[in-house]
Amino acid sequence: MGLLARRKRTKIILAFLLPELALILSFVLIPIMGTFVISFKTDHGYGLDNYYGVITERSPDKALVIPENIVKAQPPPWGALIHNIVWVAIHVPIVVFLGLGIAYLLHDVIGSSIVKSIMFLGMVIPMVVGGLLIRFMFDGDLGVVPLLFRKLGIEALSRTWINYPQTALIALILGSVWLWTGFSLTVYAAALESLPKSYIEAAKVDGASGFQIFFKVVFPLLKHATIVVVIMTMLWDLKIFDIVFVSTLGGPGGATNVMALIMYTYFARALDYGRSAATAVILALISLIPGIWFIKRVMRSGS
Amino acid sequence: MVRRRGKKLIKYIVINIVVWALAILWVLPFIGITMVSLRPFSEVVVKGWWNIIGQYTLKNYVDAWTDPMYSLETGFRNSLIVTIPSTVIPLFIAALAAYVFSRFSFPLKTMLFITLLIIMAMPQQMSVIPLFFMLNKMGLYDKLQGLILVHSSWGLAWITFFLKNFFDTLPKEIEEAARVDGASDFHIFFRIVLPMSLPAIASVAAIQFTWVWSDFFYALVFLVSPQNYVATLQVATMKGQYHIDWGLLSAGSILTMSVPLILYALLQKYYVKGMVGWTVKG
Repeated sequence: MGLLARRKRTKIILAFLLPELALILSFVLIPIMGTFVISFKTDHGYGLDNYYGVITERSPDKALVIPENIVKAQPPPWGALIHNIVWVAIHVPIVVFLGLGIAYLLHDVIGSSIVKSIMFLGMVIPMVVGGLLIRFMFDGDLGVVPLLFRKLGIEALSRTWINYPQTALIALILGSVWLWTGFSLTVYAAALESLPKSYIEAAKVDGASGFQIFFKVVFPLLKHATIVVVIMTMLWDLKIFDIVFVSTLGGPGGATNVMALIMYTYFARALDYGRSAATAVILALISLIPGIWFIKRVMRSGS
Repeated sequence: MVRRRGKKLIKYIVINIVVWALAILWVLPFIGITMVSLRPFSEVVVKGWWNIIGQYTLKNYVDAWTDPMYSLETGFRNSLIVTIPSTVIPLFIAALAAYVFSRFSFPLKTMLFITLLIIMAMPQQMSVIPLFFMLNKMGLYDKLQGLILVHSSWGLAWITFFLKNFFDTLPKEIEEAARVDGASDFHIFFRIVLPMSLPAIASVAAIQFTWVWSDFFYALVFLVSPQNYVATLQVATMKGQYHIDWGLLSAGSILTMSVPLILYALLQKYYVKGMVGWTVKG
């Protein structure tokens, strides 16, 4: 390539990239760095005080690990970080198997595209509305879930779940299953479509049962889809904010507090920017676990 | 043989019942909230919303739309003012960048690309404190323009990633032929690449629009005056701290989600492609 052509090429690259780089640098990267810097700021220069403070905090509305009102025999409440981990531990497996199971069965279902569309609705509506709908589902007067348990004669579960620390967190997690299974189902349905039919046919000819085919043939072949669902669900669970804010505000007694909400409480209520930033950094670092997994996969697939 | 066929039929029926039972369970909250929104609350709370006999009224919708403190009419206007530019601006800017990422090699390219991927994994919480101070200094705090700026900047990473993946799949022969004919890069991009990318652009537009419309956290942090509230912020405020007016709230919820739902009904294919399409390849 001649010098002139190369110069022209450089100009084009710069012209096309510049607006993006300018915006990302100013309003994405600098704020991210800024959050790091603020998180290390203390009264006497820089240090780890904010991190120490955030992790050892025990008041119910801000505790990250162990709140002072923890019920030894049967928590919640735990700290917000533990709630996030519990959320991931319950939500991810349910979403994976429910989505995969339905996608697998959908082949034989009449009106399967309607089922898919219905389940995808949770991905389309604003999470705030999703949170209100979860609140509604578990409402003692109006909700379907408490009504069902009342009919079954289980009084303890026939009240407004979200008002009691023992049931509030699990109500939100089940609600998030309702919102997010559509993602898993859609990923698996697309992956199943691209699966070579001959594999399943061959297993059938060999006399494998339905369950064997599912666990020994189909599930391993869908490894890529499973990894995508796990990564995305983890990221979604760690960042969870809207549905908690609008349905419980972290209550009752901190029983549904999550990391993102603690960050907001320090920021907007306590006006403690240092601790707020430290909470954000901890949340970001944890998000990097699925994040780096995602990056590695993207880079390896050659894009 | 006959028995085997009978067994198969039973299995088929059971599968259909199980899956459809789940689907009905999934759609039930939507039906419930719709019933509550259309009927006087006193009636709903006594007889239950599943009882379809009784009075029907649009009063809740009128109330939600014209509420003196948090009128959704204002919320909708603000949401549209924020959402439309926050969809168009990053789409255009990211398309330019994605084209360069897809077609040219240049120094630091891999590093820049990884930076984009890291941004995609970053929680919103990681940016708001410095942005709060910056917007304050720029006079854009509690302004819709400030929110547009933030949404546009934070939308760039995923849109660039998505469009680069799409551009990679386009055949390069047409562009090369045009280049031989002396077409400039601008010409090639605007006249050849963009028109071929309309499906991908539709996907990006639908999803970015939905995300910005649905955003709650940035709006909560960067808007304080009720007259500047976007729809999601207003519907969240309609739920009082201690008393919940389900009539008003259900109508507000339905109105707020109706916009992305209508978009989804119109552009379903692009939605699904955009949210999960990139996951299938590779």
